Amino acid sequence: MSRMRCAIVGSGNIGTDLLYKLLRSDVLEVAAMVGIDPGSEGLARARAEGVEATSEGPEWLIEQADRFDLVFEATSAWVHRMNAPRYREAGLMAIDLTPAKLGPLVVPPVNLEAHLDAPNLNLITCGGQATVPIVAAVAAVASVPYAEIVSTVSSVSAGPGTRQNIDEFTKTTSASLVEVGEADHGKAIMILNPAEPPILMRNTVFCALGDGYDRDEVADSITEMVRTVSSYVPGYRIRAEPVFDEDLFRTPGGDVKARVVVLLEVEGAADYLPPYAGNLDIMTASAVRVAEAVAAAR
Amino acid sequence: MTAAFRLTDSTLRDGSHAVAHQLTEDQVRRVVAGLDMAGVPVIEVTHGDGLGGSSFNYGFSHTDEMNLVRVAVETATSAKIAVLMLPGIGVKDDLRRAAGMGAQLARIATHCTEADIAEQHIALAKELGMEAVGFLMMSHMIEPEALLEQARLMESYGADVVYTVDSAGAMTIDDARRRVAALKAGLSCQVGIHAHNNLSLAVANSLAALEEGVDQIDGCMTGLGAGAGNCPTEVLVAACEKTGWETGIDPISIIEVADRAVRPIRPEQGVIDGDGLLLGYAGVYGSFLLHAKRAAERYGVPTKDILLELGERRVVGGQEDMIIDVAMELQRRAAAAQPAVG
Repeated sequence: MSRMRCAIVGSGNIGTDLLYKLLRSDVLEVAAMVGIDPGSEGLARARAEGVEATSEGPEWLIEQADRFDLVFEATSAWVHRMNAPRYREAGLMAIDLTPAKLGPLVVPPVNLEAHLDAPNLNLITCGGQATVPIVAAVAAVASVPYAEIVSTVSSVSAGPGTRQNIDEFTKTTSASLVEVGEADHGKAIMILNPAEPPILMRNTVFCALGDGYDRDEVADSITEMVRTVSSYVPGYRIRAEPVFDEDLFRTPGGDVKARVVVLLEVEGAADYLPPYAGNLDIMTASAVRVAEAVAAAR
Repeated sequence: MTAAFRLTDSTLRDGSHAVAHQLTEDQVRRVVAGLDMAGVPVIEVTHGDGLGGSSFNYGFSHTDEMNLVRVAVETATSAKIAVLMLPGIGVKDDLRRAAGMGAQLARIATHCTEADIAEQHIALAKELGMEAVGFLMMSHMIEPEALLEQARLMESYGADVVYTVDSAGAMTIDDARRRVAALKAGLSCQVGIHAHNNLSLAVANSLAALEEGVDQIDGCMTGLGAGAGNCPTEVLVAACEKTGWETGIDPISIIEVADRAVRPIRPEQGVIDGDGLLLGYAGVYGSFLLHAKRAAERYGVPTKDILLELGERRVVGGQEDMIIDVAMELQRRAAAAQPAVG
């Protein structure tokens, strides 16, 4: 079987981290990296690995679309909104690592199989990839009228694309807690922390619990999900046992008498930025996982 | 006579922290009426953590903040109503809604090193015809020159004024003075200061800022606000009048409003207890205080240890979730240190 020919559009933090992960794949071939800045470090790194790299932007890609099967978009939400229709016209499937949210939202351990034939798949955000699995795990065994997540990343690991997209990040992640996580209402919060040395990516998930939940069942479901995610993101782990709090919480999904809090940490594989940048890792590892599933389905 | 600076009262925003975001429409109506009558030109009304702050992480609002903004706008006759928003917590739609309710100022707050996440929000505020205020939180954590660089970014996005914000109440008089002087020297737009009272220096720092030419100052009536509280508006007005700085506000009226409309909301406000002081001493974000006290009770560890550990980890505003993490870790450490029984 010939490998799927992939192009990475965007040569920033995400694109470069993705490059190294794709180079290890048996079923995906990274055929080109496309940027817009001739001086980009990502493009230089691609060339050093023997990958064709160009600073001529998506036009270059569209002109020779028949050389590729799949595009990974690692630019920013507004750039992807401009590029997506052109990829589609050129017959290129797109896996979108920006929060543009044009195609269905995909989180590998929750709904990987559901959308493999869609022309455009959206990977939400790093915060979404880290937290939606937990919300889904809780919602699988209990009613979750409201889920909230706080995602904190080190300032150095958030490039200009992420910074300009902070509103889209928040909104797309909020939507994913409902659309994929299956909470009734969702809210996402994103924080940048400039501490030196940089902090590991941290995520906190709060799920409101409707009446009639079983504590052990909820805890087991969470533990099982952490194990599943860590199978493709090795640095993904829970900081402590899930915390159950009983009180009256007046959430946007209605009043509830209990919540569960899950504190997570993601240590990166250090393919590009050092281990603190787990936010890059979980995004690019998820992208590779999705693309490999697409390849297998063809 | 024209005032030497413009006063923004944040009782109904920063004060929201001090009452765990339980402000009511009635309280907003009474406080706005009093401030407006006393001549306070700008009044801020929002959840303590800004638009969209109502959450598990920061505390759910008693009353939807949009209703509080609406009541404030309806009540004010001359004062303008401001809202706070932190990119990453609130979103642009929240700002649009607040503008639709009649809010005229958008205060866009970021951690002092992260000004570039405010670009789209400051631009939107201007597009909506609002006055845009850049709000650099935890300003004590970086040197004045670095702060100026960030302030310049906010100015370049369209901010009409940029504030140095002492969210941890950690600035000495000299710290405040040097930051205001750097911003005044390097910006063309106006400069503001937002002080907290954890080291009992909020009024002194505001007066020092005036000597450096600050254009805008924040206060909260009775100091009602995060941590040990803010610069008490009525004290600032009285101290300014005695120093010779014109405020445009009658000290006697504002003292009466403080006693009548705000003091009953939280009578114990104004005391700098050990925990409040420690925030300023360790440089910890003021709104962590009540959350840390609650976690201390839940996990049986001292509030002071939680605050010191948060300072050690250099946690920034918005990371309230780390309080649970820290408390659980302290509890584990304490358990590990216990001699085995039996």
